[in-house]
Amino acid sequence: MSQSDQSLPLLRVQSLVKSYGDRVAIHEASFDLWPGEVMAVVGESGSGKSSLLNVIAARTQPDAGQVEYLNHNGQLENIYTMTQAQQRLLSRTEWGFVHQNAADGLRMDVSAGANVCERLMGLGERHYGRLRQTAEHWLHRVEIDISRMDDTPRTFSGGMRQRLQIARNLVTQPRLVFMDEPTSGLDVSVQARVLDLLRQLTRKMQLAVVIVTHDLAVARLLADRMMVMQHGRIVESGLTDQVLDDPQHPYTQLLVSSVLQP
Amino acid sequence: MYVAVKGGETAILNTYKMLAEQRRGNTDYLELSVEQICQQLKLSVDRVMTEGSVYDPELAALAIKQASGDLIEAIFLLRAYRSTLPRIGNTCALDTARMQLDRRISATFKDLPGGQVLGPTYDYTQRLLDFTLLANSQSERTESSPKTSAPSMPPEQVPRVVDLLNQEGLIETFTCPAHDPDPIDLTREPLRFPADRATRLQNLARGDEGFLLAMAYSTQRGYSHTHPFVGEVRLGQVAIEIEPEELGFAISIGDIDITECEMVNQFAGSKTEPPQFTRGYGLAFGHSERKAMAMSLVDRALRADELGEAIESPAQMQEFVLSHSDSLEASGFVQHLKLPHYVDFQSELELVRKMRENNPAEHAHSQGPT
Amino acid sequence: MSASYETAPEVNFAYLDERTKRMIRRSILKAIAIPGYQVPFGSREMPLPYGWGTGGIQVTASVIGPEDMLKVIDQGSDDTVNAVNIRRFFERTAGVNTTTRTHEATLIQTRHRIPEKPLVEGQIIVYQVPVPEPMQRLEPREAETRTLHGLAEYGLMHVKLYEDIARYGHIATTYDYPVMVNHRYIMSPSPNPKFDNPKMHMNPALQLFGAGREKRIYAVPPYTSVESLAFEDHPFEIQKWPVACTQCGATDSFLDEIITDDSGSRMHVCSDSDYCQTRQDEQSSVAT
Repeated sequence: MSQSDQSLPLLRVQSLVKSYGDRVAIHEASFDLWPGEVMAVVGESGSGKSSLLNVIAARTQPDAGQVEYLNHNGQLENIYTMTQAQQRLLSRTEWGFVHQNAADGLRMDVSAGANVCERLMGLGERHYGRLRQTAEHWLHRVEIDISRMDDTPRTFSGGMRQRLQIARNLVTQPRLVFMDEPTSGLDVSVQARVLDLLRQLTRKMQLAVVIVTHDLAVARLLADRMMVMQHGRIVESGLTDQVLDDPQHPYTQLLVSSVLQP
Repeated sequence: MYVAVKGGETAILNTYKMLAEQRRGNTDYLELSVEQICQQLKLSVDRVMTEGSVYDPELAALAIKQASGDLIEAIFLLRAYRSTLPRIGNTCALDTARMQLDRRISATFKDLPGGQVLGPTYDYTQRLLDFTLLANSQSERTESSPKTSAPSMPPEQVPRVVDLLNQEGLIETFTCPAHDPDPIDLTREPLRFPADRATRLQNLARGDEGFLLAMAYSTQRGYSHTHPFVGEVRLGQVAIEIEPEELGFAISIGDIDITECEMVNQFAGSKTEPPQFTRGYGLAFGHSERKAMAMSLVDRALRADELGEAIESPAQMQEFVLSHSDSLEASGFVQHLKLPHYVDFQSELELVRKMRENNPAEHAHSQGPT
Repeated sequence: MSASYETAPEVNFAYLDERTKRMIRRSILKAIAIPGYQVPFGSREMPLPYGWGTGGIQVTASVIGPEDMLKVIDQGSDDTVNAVNIRRFFERTAGVNTTTRTHEATLIQTRHRIPEKPLVEGQIIVYQVPVPEPMQRLEPREAETRTLHGLAEYGLMHVKLYEDIARYGHIATTYDYPVMVNHRYIMSPSPNPKFDNPKMHMNPALQLFGAGREKRIYAVPPYTSVESLAFEDHPFEIQKWPVACTQCGATDSFLDEIITDDSGSRMHVCSDSDYCQTRQDEQSSVAT
């Protein structure tokens, strides 16, 4: 049990159930996520995809089922039996969460550099010069001009804020990143750039990602695998290209056919 | 030759003398008696008792006299005095249904059992300065308190509007659970967050009327989603009862005047609750309608969390409202800025000078230290 | 100001009733057991307003005994009106002896300064604290800061320091400079100038902190580590003056700047009145 088992997934979700009053948001959701794998959760609003994301990211408690994460000892650990301290530490080191609205994931009145480095400072980095170098490195990687390092995100455009949020999450080299509609709040012309950045970074850093989106094109571009949700149920899942090119479930067929082809 | 400033003690004693002179005013005029204040500045006395948390009109009047009419200062005096009093026990919960009514109105019904008893109120006066009062004589304008059409002696037990609404199950009720714990006493324990409703109500009851009024007002101007109605405002005497162990039953030890407000709000219902009315509650000593009403609106706003409403405005935020409602804390901290701060200021002076030295051109950009 | 004591009723020794003192002492003991941790307590309304030292007064009133020798200072001086007022309060309600000499005092209540003369074992210093929460400006919600302290999540504090350096080239906090106590809790040392922070480290005396309005007590037991927050490459520095005290010639004390005429001439004098006076006395006795 204590040996590192190569055949264990990074995240194992089993039979999750979540209700709000008498409305069931998630019916028995189960899936595995492997290291370096990008999984898209696709559906319309009300499908339960955001609820699912919040539950597996330990932001909301499920009513039933479990979520297990592969810890450093190579063991699957139930995230809901961890202490609050452990969960919070995980959220700031091995995990990332990219919000749809960048303002929810940034300190808007603190400089871009400090936004990027905060996690490191929280982990005990006390060398200002090194922190600044790290900030420069990451701003460069998300294509933000270093001259903006001491400006606050209030002065940034939507696309820049989102790229800053991404940098803030990636600075601790997380293994797993959750993304909730990361480009939906942006202008169409700006989305492409952010998506391209995400594609590069997830590949280079071998990140495992669960990305929630209503946009099939996003799934096509970023995801290795995808799941389709309808009314709280996962109705279809599989390799992205297979699901999109040869949808089996009627709802998936409907989604795919309603996307305008250029 | 510089001589260090000394003689602080003498300076302080001189302030006492000057203060006493200011308080007395011109000795050509009669000295105000505590009893006169008690009788003729009743509404000031009521406010000081409420926020001072002591029901003793004579002490409140004394505090007002000593404070030259500054009500917040008077409240301070009364609270400081209260700190020294021994605690004998707690009374039974007041039964406001058994109130000897001076006034009782409801905006939710045109008429109701017990009637609309207008009582003594400014509500129907025209706010015209009455110069006959200058001449120190009885006012001629007696129509300022119109006669009511209700029976002259309201019955002892007048049902509360909320109880009437409750007969149809239209309004939320709170059954007291078994082993319901005693409320904590904010005059003995520090406030912690999140605070339960009993604690919040105690904080609001002692809270500054002006602050609560502003917070309440904000809830009516779109900074909240409740649509309030005055279910009932009642004012009159209730009995204070205690239940000594040796007796095993409650005995009355006196009466106090109180004002109570039940505010009724809409609630669309949720998945588990049918639509019904929700409540806000206000209570104050003496005749203090504005306070009781403001308190009830803020009480309701602070229940946003419990009722699943989005918290979007300051009046709904516990930490904001409850941390800033106490006039003693607010006045003390605001006014403490008058105390010497020159050592800290010294440090700031140096910092600003240093920054200007280093970046003379940039001082236009920098925002300076906070 | 408040009630004159000629008409006050009989008061208990040091004003507070015994039950209140016991409650405060329990809070103090808890604070000493957890250095730097803010213990909530049932602060009472005192005859002085909140914000004017009621926390310090309640702590002093709970630990003072008839044999104590009390010194009260504000801005380093025994003679500022606030210090005089508080000293009078204890003279009237506890009848204790008072002194202006730091080395004679067993109990020192202070606002905004630590005496220049090093304290010794057996002394207690009580600080008046306006804002006990060092992160309040960054995060006003107490429920949040309580969690941050509980989990030792202090990234936010360092963000503030980082921002200062990015904006000004150095840390811009000059008083109430946050410290790490016993390698565990970040604490507000009260609005002392940062000049005084080093005095708190491994101090032989017991240091108590009272915040009456915010209702918190905290403590640093004797010989406890107190480190001012900084970065490795931007270390903590104290203020220095290019001049000496014009009264006693000291170059190692905190100096007050005094404007002496309309054209803005200035001179510098020790903020610590006892320190300055002692040095002057020594010099004049040597001179004769």
